[in-house]
Amino acid sequence: MIGRLLLRDLALLMPGGRRGGALLPLLFFLAVAMLYPFAVGPDAPLLARTGGGVIWVAALLAAILPLDRLVAPDLDEGVFDQLAVRGVAEELAIAVRMLAHWLSFAPLLLLAALPAAALLGLERETLRTVLLGLLAGTPGLAAIGVLIAALTASLRSGAALSGLLLIPLSVPILIFGAGALARPDGGGLAFAAAISLLLVAVTPFAAGAAVRAAREE
Amino acid sequence: MQAMLAARDLACRRGERLLFRGLSLSLSRGEACHVAGPNGIGKTSLIRILAGLLRPFHGSVESRASIALLDERHALDPQVPLERALAFWSELDGSGASLMAAHRERLGLAELADVPVRYLSTGQRKRAALARLLGQRAPVWLLDEPLNGLDTAGTELVETLIAEHRAAGGTCVVASHQPIKLVEATRLKITDFAA
Repeated sequence: MIGRLLLRDLALLMPGGRRGGALLPLLFFLAVAMLYPFAVGPDAPLLARTGGGVIWVAALLAAILPLDRLVAPDLDEGVFDQLAVRGVAEELAIAVRMLAHWLSFAPLLLLAALPAAALLGLERETLRTVLLGLLAGTPGLAAIGVLIAALTASLRSGAALSGLLLIPLSVPILIFGAGALARPDGGGLAFAAAISLLLVAVTPFAAGAAVRAAREE
Repeated sequence: MQAMLAARDLACRRGERLLFRGLSLSLSRGEACHVAGPNGIGKTSLIRILAGLLRPFHGSVESRASIALLDERHALDPQVPLERALAFWSELDGSGASLMAAHRERLGLAELADVPVRYLSTGQRKRAALARLLGQRAPVWLLDEPLNGLDTAGTELVETLIAEHRAAGGTCVVASHQPIKLVEATRLKITDFAA
């Protein structure tokens, strides 16, 4: 049953998927990496020094774009109700959704970080830290995304609000993930991974409760 | 005989308003109940309470069998072709593809298998939701306004489906403001329980 839920979620969320627009965050991410050198000018050492941070900020902004497609359509269509009638807990449905969301943006984002790094002239060592940091941080970003999408799903201006909510909540991941660039002793990465783990563990319960609460309205 | 679905002393509150109270209900195999009343009286709330989706303000619901719910929201992905949208639920319910094809045929949807759900008309969507309901093979049916959007033939089909379901030992609660022919069904007027 988990497999069927995951297949449906992936078919909806993946690039070229039924709910569309999954390639947009990726293009947005690359566009930011491309615009940044134009904005600060052709100063190679400066770009190499700040480029890692720019990739992080671009990744974070790209994670905001698909939020309105994550939970709200299923809530409106009564999919969660039909699942609940069949005894499928909201927590399980949300956990599967979180995994599908991560699969739909994180692997492609890691791939897109390579051309982005080339555009910014990053050193090999920096690129390695960025990639490891994104690998550690993106599960947390996916969890925050699903959590916020569930909390704002029943609100009228949910889409706009969710972007605003995601930014402060993702600051810890950004601090430790991007902080690893300045102090490459691995401590930052470990912290980013720990925050991610915590978020991934908490989100199914918090978002599941949010979906149930949305029914009472 | 033991009741398949029993509700005891239900009360429902929406916001500050008490919609109904003291409502009890008990349905055994083959029995049906028609919940009637004007708009806004709490028919949908009652159905959702019986389905376990809404907590009653007071009272309890007991069900000895699995429940199938049909309401205004059809839970079929709008962008997906009808056949695939229904296949998701039939696979989840463990009923085969051929059985679902037969249900589609029965409901007059055979030609529409490849059409994305968002291109279907209101009535066709309702028929699709009925196919999902049949595929679930649950003994207890909770139908909220099952006739909305259906033509005369569709209405008769729903009445036949309910009769067959009851003949097979199922039970059914129908909430509808429209007249619907149900043989020997209890009629529950929520206005009698209005607070």
